[in-house]
Amino acid sequence: MTPKIELIGVKKRFGPKQVLDGVDLAIMPGTSLVVIGGSGTGKSVTIKSILGIIMPDEGRILVDGEDVTHLRGKSREPLMRKFGMLFQGAALFDSLPVWENVAFGLIQGRGMARAKARDIAIEKLAKVGLSSDVAYLSPAELSGGMQKRVGLARAIAADPEIIFFDEPTTGLDPIMADVINDLIVATVKDMGATTLSITHDMASARKISDNIAMLYGGRIIWQGPTAEIDKSGNPYVDQFIHGRAEGPIKMAVRK
Amino acid sequence: MNIFAHIGRAVLDLLAEIGRLAGFTGRSLAAIVSPPVYGRLIGQQFVHIGYLSLPVVGLTALSTGAVLALQIYLGGNRYGAEAIVPQIVVLGITRELGPVIAGLMVAGRVAAAIAAEIGTMKVTEQIDALTTLSTNPVKYLVVPRLVAAVLSMPILTAIGNSIGVFGGYAVATQNLGFTGSVYLRNTVDFATSSDIVSGLIKAAVFGFIVALMGCYHGFNSKGGAQGVGAATTNAVVSSCILILASDFVLTAILFST
Repeated sequence: MTPKIELIGVKKRFGPKQVLDGVDLAIMPGTSLVVIGGSGTGKSVTIKSILGIIMPDEGRILVDGEDVTHLRGKSREPLMRKFGMLFQGAALFDSLPVWENVAFGLIQGRGMARAKARDIAIEKLAKVGLSSDVAYLSPAELSGGMQKRVGLARAIAADPEIIFFDEPTTGLDPIMADVINDLIVATVKDMGATTLSITHDMASARKISDNIAMLYGGRIIWQGPTAEIDKSGNPYVDQFIHGRAEGPIKMAVRK
Repeated sequence: MNIFAHIGRAVLDLLAEIGRLAGFTGRSLAAIVSPPVYGRLIGQQFVHIGYLSLPVVGLTALSTGAVLALQIYLGGNRYGAEAIVPQIVVLGITRELGPVIAGLMVAGRVAAAIAAEIGTMKVTEQIDALTTLSTNPVKYLVVPRLVAAVLSMPILTAIGNSIGVFGGYAVATQNLGFTGSVYLRNTVDFATSSDIVSGLIKAAVFGFIVALMGCYHGFNSKGGAQGVGAATTNAVVSSCILILASDFVLTAILFST
């Protein structure tokens, strides 16, 4: 079976810092992979490389078995339609009302009529537990948790095959974080989508993933089914999932 | 580090910046001519860039025309040439001061606003979000602003020119003893269409510079609030410098005979 997404030896350097140093990763269709790792280990860079926002220096990225590493411009458009993404800060367009945010990909990306796109937007908002009065508010009027939900509705609006979640629970209270986790699981299972998430919230990682991979030093140092994360036998993984200051991972307190 | 390394690095940085700007300009121009056309966004930007700049452009044009009339009268007085006021006012305003002052005012108002808006979108990942929603950020954000600025600046300048000439007329007839009808006839008889058109061409170029600088610095802003602040400042400063520099070049080209 071809993996939905495959990364082979992906490297990326920013100035003197080698952020990704040969990342190998494969995500099977319909499964959910969570990449864990500390801040600044290149989790976001990994997602942005797949999205084509960042161009890797070396390595290959395959989607449905097709090499898309260097696809740009017009030829990338059909690929982008397979993707949906929930950004860390939700990244809602603050000049547009909530419904137009959700409908954005349908109207601008696919040229759907506004009235029809609005109906779909309101339906997607209902899916993430937001009523239709929210649709006409501006994003600035919403709380952080509601913005995340709108971001989720926007990510799933065009029924993408692949959804990326960048720190979906960061900055939320524990209850709202769990609500978002439940919504992610519910909507994704519902759609049968393949997902790639990055997080350092272990509760969230356990809840939304089928498989977990840990990124450290620009490489994937461990990956396996979520159930096996507690008996990985990897001291780096153990230190991370238990949140210990002492261990093989030395945090650079001073730069 | 030795001094040659410093000089070398500065030169390389400058060349890299010029290269980035050229690339950005090229991508923006290519995006203008390729579909889709966002008519609704162009309309919105027309209001933001053109219509809402009318008060500040009108006010500065009025005072410029008035001061110009006064200065030329006082200067001309030394040679007994004070009757030249209407001709010099209309020439100065249409060829030079109208477009340049409108350009500088719009640079302060619009380049700053564009850089701040796009810069904030950049640091809050809204520009990345556009990409994930199958929308080309250059086409969606840059093209409407460029088109609206290039189209609205000549209109703004034409209105500013009229107000500027009126400012000179008001001072000349109220304070300097000119007869209204004579002043107007001298103005209309003296100004040629090439004076006016050259000014409007300049205005269109200045509009392009302002929108391009606002977008370029917004797209390249880094970090948080501080980065957006720096982008805003750079957008205004670079617009003003480029307006003044291109004004010289354009004048040399347009009036070379």
